[in-house]
Amino acid sequence: MPLVEFASAILLVTGAIFYVVGTVGLLRFPDIYTRLHALAKVDNLGLGCILAGLALQAESVAVALKLLLIWPLALLASAVIGYLIASRAAALGIKPWRQDKP
Amino acid sequence: MTGLELPVALVLLLNLAVSLQRVMRGPGDADRLLATLLFGTTGIGIIVLLAFADGGPARTGFIDVALTLALLATLSGIAFARRAWRRAHDDEAEPANDEIEAR
Repeated sequence: MPLVEFASAILLVTGAIFYVVGTVGLLRFPDIYTRLHALAKVDNLGLGCILAGLALQAESVAVALKLLLIWPLALLASAVIGYLIASRAAALGIKPWRQDKP
Repeated sequence: MTGLELPVALVLLLNLAVSLQRVMRGPGDADRLLATLLFGTTGIGIIVLLAFADGGPARTGFIDVALTLALLATLSGIAFARRAWRRAHDDEAEPANDEIEAR
């Protein structure tokens, strides 16, 4: 197996693992802020790994660049949405979860 | 093409199916919306993987679809946070404090 294909396979598997971790976080974290934290970061890391892995396989530089351009867009989007949802949740008076809550 | 594209896409699809549980359980509107955002990110991943599993000249078209999906998920999230997410009965009585907390 050539080195490029090997690196691509490793990046793809890493990306899948990050996606699974993000879903586990979404299902198991206790409140909206923590779930937002799991979703906005881990999933985008998984997406970045998968895009990088596929860009290694692209036949031309243009296709690879187009793939890699999806990632900044997704990062920007999740940053904006994370901020908006968290600030709206705070404005609606949703209390952050605490472990020592009675 | 490493042969891993389709298995990884399948894993992502199972991921989406499992995350539907968050839509069912809620408990609030925002928690359900988070699952929608997950559909956005994971959908991009699946479409891009399928583009490379299939190969061929249609590849760049698939990537355009992935970009559009990213934009649409973003817009839905922003519209939800700015416009749609209100208290349950905004124009009626103020809800009790613990009700807000539960959401």
